[in-house]
Amino acid sequence: MTARTKRLTRTAIVVAVALGGIVLALAELCIGEPMLAPLQVLEMLRHPDGSQAAVILHTLRVPRLLLAIAVGAALAVAGVIMQALTRNPLAEPGILGVNAGASFAVTLSFVVLGIRGFGATLVIAAIGAAVAGVLVALLGGVGRSASVSRLILAGVALTAVLSGLTQALSLIDPAQYARIRVWEAGSLAARDTTTALIVAGVVVTGLVLALAIGPGLNLLVLGDDAARALGARVEIVRAIGLVTIVLLCGTATAAIGPVAFVGLLVPHAVRAFTGGDQVRTLVASIAAGPVLLLVADLIARTVAAPGEVPLGVVTAFLGAPVLIVLVNRRRRRS
Amino acid sequence: MTSIVRAHPALRRRRVVATAVVAAVLAVSTLGTLALGDLGVSPGDALAALVGAGDPGTVLVVQQWRLPRAILGILVGALLALAGALFQTVTRNPLGSPDILGFSVGAFTGVLAVTLVGATSVLALTGGAIGGGLLAAAMVFLFSARSGFGGFAVVVTGVGVSAMLAAVNVVLVVRLDDVRARAAAVWATGSLNGVTAVWIVPAALTLGIAAVTISALAPALNALEFGDERAGALGVRPTATRWWAMLIGVALIAVATAVTGPIGFVALAAPQIARRMWRTGTVPFAASALVGAALLCASDLLAARLFAPVMLPTGLVTVCLGGAYLAWLLTRRERTTR
Repeated sequence: MTARTKRLTRTAIVVAVALGGIVLALAELCIGEPMLAPLQVLEMLRHPDGSQAAVILHTLRVPRLLLAIAVGAALAVAGVIMQALTRNPLAEPGILGVNAGASFAVTLSFVVLGIRGFGATLVIAAIGAAVAGVLVALLGGVGRSASVSRLILAGVALTAVLSGLTQALSLIDPAQYARIRVWEAGSLAARDTTTALIVAGVVVTGLVLALAIGPGLNLLVLGDDAARALGARVEIVRAIGLVTIVLLCGTATAAIGPVAFVGLLVPHAVRAFTGGDQVRTLVASIAAGPVLLLVADLIARTVAAPGEVPLGVVTAFLGAPVLIVLVNRRRRRS
Repeated sequence: MTSIVRAHPALRRRRVVATAVVAAVLAVSTLGTLALGDLGVSPGDALAALVGAGDPGTVLVVQQWRLPRAILGILVGALLALAGALFQTVTRNPLGSPDILGFSVGAFTGVLAVTLVGATSVLALTGGAIGGGLLAAAMVFLFSARSGFGGFAVVVTGVGVSAMLAAVNVVLVVRLDDVRARAAAVWATGSLNGVTAVWIVPAALTLGIAAVTISALAPALNALEFGDERAGALGVRPTATRWWAMLIGVALIAVATAVTGPIGFVALAAPQIARRMWRTGTVPFAASALVGAALLCASDLLAARLFAPVMLPTGLVTVCLGGAYLAWLLTRRERTTR
């Protein structure tokens, strides 16, 4: 393939992803009860006419769309950064127990502290994500052990304990149980516009940080010594990376509950086109993450209509086969 | 452990102490299960009530309600631990336990599928659990067949299969009505809450048969530790031995799952705890069974009394204990390989 055709294919893919994203976003706004026509939606977005459909569109579906885009980008980018920092292709916020940490902290705050506001929940989720992230890094021997699977196992162990504790907490207090249940299943529903805007704001901050350390991540994957020799400030890149992961995962989990495998699926799919460059992978993940989340959400809303399947279930079903293929393919090669 | 070499006296003393300690834990937690509850009874009264002496109300509570729970705790704990010991011996992997391999999640998928079709009998549920569990284990083995069973790959594959089946389970639960969904969800965590005495005889029979077959199989399994060729030279048929061990392991885990639902991590942790306490090279079967019984009874007591009057499912406590243990195992592993 010549350089020119390569560039053409790349442009074609970018255009296809962009078009797909727009179509999916429109579908997200149209599908549901009541079902709306695309043109009707566009009309109502510009001139809210006060009808019931318009109210539903503005108070439920638009925040939901915004949330899906923000959370999709957040989880995908968190996955890219984790994979670069740990030099582990299977690292992912859901698998490594970071989301479980956030959700345990949130449940704890519901049951023990009785916290209700979304702002406080956001902070607590971030703290939980940070603690779980550090724990799993210590247990999994990041930087000391070359074993890819050990980190995953540490994440699995941590997830098992944390979700067990979360479940126990939610069983102790039956009054909070219903509230936790809804949140824990992982869903984009039931969030208002203010919340969606807060989430989007924090996620954009995280994405900017991620792009800022992109070149540093490119050096970091070569190993600490090589990165230092090439002029990277390893500790600073790593610290900012950790903060970014905590920001992104904490916010995403606080907003929609624990959703796994997005951070695994998106970067691996994207790398097939972007290659190993971290900056390109980050940019492409910001675009592809929302697309995946919108697809998952559409499946979640339609597969058991009129009911809704938890979003985390759909992403697990899409993502787990990828994990299985990846771990066994790596093994065969080595 | 049957061995032609007599163990060093210090080691033998250690094993006697280990047995005594584990037996004491088992005895205390069994007594706790009999005595503690909404109706508090002193340990002496509880023992007296066992033989029918004392207040008729106390006798009824202890003999009819608490005794079956204690007995089934011991039996199921032993069954799970033996199944884990068999799986870990065959896969030669301390993490090769049925719950990591997706058996428990698969068993729940089976139960849900059977419930969805409309069957409610115990036999149908048990059949569903066994079928689902087998299917999950077969999937894991199929996907990881090329990479061999010794490494971490099989475990991560198990994690993937479990995640997928868990997703299927949620979709199935959504399709059930509220009452059946709740019953299924309670069953899914695995609990000794509400076990019935009906299961004591089948569970005890299974354990008895397993004890006989495992003691017949143990020398061959231990010989496999030397590698297939040398074991062959000793007159052991490696493939047949492995198949038998897996078959027995699956039967044990299936019966245990049928009684209490999938109780996680006992099968994973008990054999390894026994191996460390008894200082044996291979997984000791009898000691594993003892540790498993003690582990499950103690966990059940914790689950029932920790947040009384709320009774947590037993599986929640074992998952927390087992997960912490798994984390510790990971840190140990690194240190020993260095």
